[in-house]
Amino acid sequence: MWKMLPQAFRSAGILLIFFSVLCGFIYPVFVTGIGQIFFAHRADGSLITVDGHAVGSKLIGQPFRAPGYFWPRPSATTPFPYNAESSGASNLGPSNPLLREHIEKRIARLMRWNPSSSERIPIDLVTSSASGLDPDISPAAALYQVARIAEVRHLPKQLLVALVRRHIQGRAWGLWGAPRVNVLMLNVALKRILKHRAP
Amino acid sequence: MSANSLIQLAVLIGAVLLLSWPVGLYLARVFMDKTEQPPSGGRIIRALRVIENSIYRMAGVDPLQEMDWVSYAVALLVFNLLGAILLYAILRLQYWLPLNPQHFPAVPSVMSFNTAVSFMTNTNWQSYSGETTLGIFSQMFGLTVQNFLSAATGLCIAIVLIRAFARESQKYLGNFWVDLTRATLYVLLPFSLVVAVFLISQGVIQNFQGTKRVDLLHPVAFTVNHHRIQLTHQVLPMGPVASQEAIKELGNNGGGYFNMNSAHPFENPNPLSNFLEMICMFLFPGAICIAFGEMVGDRRQGWAILTAMTILFVVFASGGLMAEHGSNPGLHGLPVATRASPLQSGGNMEGKETRFGITDSVLFNATATATSTGAINSTSDSYLPLGGLVPLWLMELGEVSYGGIGSGFYGMMLFVLVAVFVAGLMVGRTPEYLGKKIETFDMKMVALGILVTPAIILIGTAVAVLIPHATSVLGNPGPHGFTEILYAFSSVANNNGSAMGGLTVTSIFYQMVTGIVMLMGRFWFALPVMALSGSLVMKKKIPPSLGTLPTHTPLFITLLIGTVLLVGALNFLPALSLGPLIEHFLLIHSH
Repeated sequence: MWKMLPQAFRSAGILLIFFSVLCGFIYPVFVTGIGQIFFAHRADGSLITVDGHAVGSKLIGQPFRAPGYFWPRPSATTPFPYNAESSGASNLGPSNPLLREHIEKRIARLMRWNPSSSERIPIDLVTSSASGLDPDISPAAALYQVARIAEVRHLPKQLLVALVRRHIQGRAWGLWGAPRVNVLMLNVALKRILKHRAP
Repeated sequence: MSANSLIQLAVLIGAVLLLSWPVGLYLARVFMDKTEQPPSGGRIIRALRVIENSIYRMAGVDPLQEMDWVSYAVALLVFNLLGAILLYAILRLQYWLPLNPQHFPAVPSVMSFNTAVSFMTNTNWQSYSGETTLGIFSQMFGLTVQNFLSAATGLCIAIVLIRAFARESQKYLGNFWVDLTRATLYVLLPFSLVVAVFLISQGVIQNFQGTKRVDLLHPVAFTVNHHRIQLTHQVLPMGPVASQEAIKELGNNGGGYFNMNSAHPFENPNPLSNFLEMICMFLFPGAICIAFGEMVGDRRQGWAILTAMTILFVVFASGGLMAEHGSNPGLHGLPVATRASPLQSGGNMEGKETRFGITDSVLFNATATATSTGAINSTSDSYLPLGGLVPLWLMELGEVSYGGIGSGFYGMMLFVLVAVFVAGLMVGRTPEYLGKKIETFDMKMVALGILVTPAIILIGTAVAVLIPHATSVLGNPGPHGFTEILYAFSSVANNNGSAMGGLTVTSIFYQMVTGIVMLMGRFWFALPVMALSGSLVMKKKIPPSLGTLPTHTPLFITLLIGTVLLVGALNFLPALSLGPLIEHFLLIHSH
C-alpha cells in the first residue's frame, strides 16, 4: 500500500490541476461567453434604465420609504435595509418575542399613513424576506398601499389600482411560485405618470 | 394544503422520476465494466474521448489497471486531501491572487480550514458570507472546482458499491482515476453547462465584474448607529454566479455564491429557475438508482430503491407544506391577513421570498435537505416549529431519501442491508441481497456507517449545549435556540450544509468542531462502505431459490422505509421533543 503512494500523489496532483483549469476556468469563461452573447442583459444583472440612466436591477429591491411611493417588504440586511452588498435575513424564530415586536412596529407605521383603513395588512408587508433584497410584494400588499399613495400624490385611486393590476405577475405556467408585483417597476411607472400629469 | 401545493408536488416528483430513467441509463453506460470503450456515440463523445485519453497519459494512469478496495480508497483519500489543501491555499492567498476586484483580504485560517473541509466533503456548510468575503477567483477556481470534484468523488464511491454487487469472485472494483475523470467529463460538466445557460436565460448573473453601482430611483435617509445617512445609490454584487449555481445544485453541494444562497434573486430569480434548481438536486441521486438496476442486471431493484426514497420524500414534504401554510400563533391578535388568496400567498412569510410564496419555499428547502444539497431559498430558522422540523428530520434520517450525489445511494444501501438482515433473522435464513451472502464483517461495516452519524450529532449537540460560549451565540431564546444547535450538527454530520442562520458559527469553537464533524461524517461513512464493497465483490453470486427474499416487492419497500424511519425516529425523537416539538406546544398555548 505504501509503495503506491508516490504514484497516487503524482496522479492526484496532475488530475487536480487539470480539473481546476477545466472546471474552474475554462467552464465558467465558456458559460460567460454564451451568456454574454445570447442573454447579455440578464447576465449583467437585468438593469432597468430610465432616460438612458440605470436606476437599479429588476431583481434587487430598493428601500423606498417616502409615503408617495410603493413600499417594499421590510429588509433585515445590515447596516441599512436593502444593502445589496450584504444579503441577510432576520433569522428570528416564530416564538421569538422580538419578531412580534418588529411586526407591531411595522404595523404601527403602516397604520399611521392609513388611519381610516379597517383592512387587515397582508402578512408579507410586515415580515422581512429571506434575502433582504426581495424585489416583489404580493398584489394584496400593493393594493393595500393605494389609499396612502392616492392621498399623498393627489391621484385618483382607480388609476393606481389599474397601475397595480397591470404589474401583477401570475404564477409561472399557472403553477409555480406566487402572484407578485415588482416594486421598482411599479414605482418607475408611478413616476412616469406623475411626470406626465405635471404641467 | 392547497390544490396548487399538491399539484406542484406531483409535477415535481413526476418530472424527477421521468428524468431519472434516461439519465440513469446514461450513467450506467458511462461506468459500465467495459473500461476500454465507454459511451460510444456522436462527435461530442468522441472529442471527449480524446481529452480523456490525454488526461490519462499526462497523469501516468493506466485506465485498464483496476484497483482493489484499499488502493481505490487510498487514491480517493489522496486526491481529496490535495483538493482541500489547494482550496485552503487559495483562500489564504486570496489577497495576492488575480480576479479580486473588491480587494478582499485573505480569509482567516480557521475559516479557511472550515471552508476547505466543507467543500471537499460535499457539505458546503458556509461559515463565511460570500459577497463580503470571497473574490471571483476564490469562488470560481476554488469553490466551483471542489463542487465538481467532491460530487465526482461521491459518485465514484456509489459506483464502487454497485460494482461490488455486479461482479463476483474477484477483488477489483474499478480504477479511481478513470471513474473520477468520467464522472466529471461525461456527467457533471455537460449537464452543468446546459443548466448554467438556462439559469442565465432566467436572470442569474454571469460576468466578471466586481460590483455595479446604480443610482436609487428615490434617495432615502436612514439612521445607522445614531448617524443620519443619506443613501443615493445601491451597489449590486456581480460575478460568475450561474456557472457555480448549476453545479451547486447538480452536485448536491449547496454552497451559495451569496450569503442568502438561493433566496438571493441573482441566484434564483423566479419560480421557473426555482423549479429547475429543485430538479437538478434530485437528478443524479435519483438516476443512480436506475444505473444500479441496470448495472446489476435487474432493473426492478433500482426502481424499488427509488420508490422507497420517493415515498419518504413525499410524506415529509407534505407535512412541511401543511405546517407552513398555517399562520404563526405568536402573531395572534395583530391586524394582519395571513390567509392565502389569489392576491397573496399568506402563511408564515417571515424569511420567505414573495416570488416563491409558501409552497415553493417549503418544497425547495425539503428538496435541499432530503438530497444532501443544503441550499436554501427561505430561512429555516424562521419556519414554524413543525415546518422547521421537516428539513431537520430529513437530514437526520441519514440523507437517504434521495440523499447526496452517490452518497444518498450508498447510504440507502446500508439501510437495505439492515432490512435484508432483519428479514433474514425473522425467517432464520442467512440474509442475502442480489445473490450475495451478507455475513458478519459486512454487517459490522454497515453498523459502523449507520451509527456514526447519529452518534456525532447527538454527542456533538450534548457537548455544545454544555459549553457557555456555544450557547451564547444563539440567535433565538428557548427551545428554538436548542434546535439551532441540533440543526447545525445534523447538517454537518450528514454533509448537508443547510443552516439555521441565527446561530453565529464564525467562532473558533464552531469552525473547528463543525470542520472535524464534516470529515467524520464523510469518511467515517465512506470508508466502511468501501470496505464492505471489497468484501462483497469477492463473494460468489448464489442463484435465487424459493427461499430467497425478493427485494423488489412492495413488501420489501415497506420494510426498507420502516428501517429508515425506525433508525431516524428512534435515534432522534428525544432530541426533537426538546427542540421543535416543545416549541410548537409552547407557541400554540402562548396566546
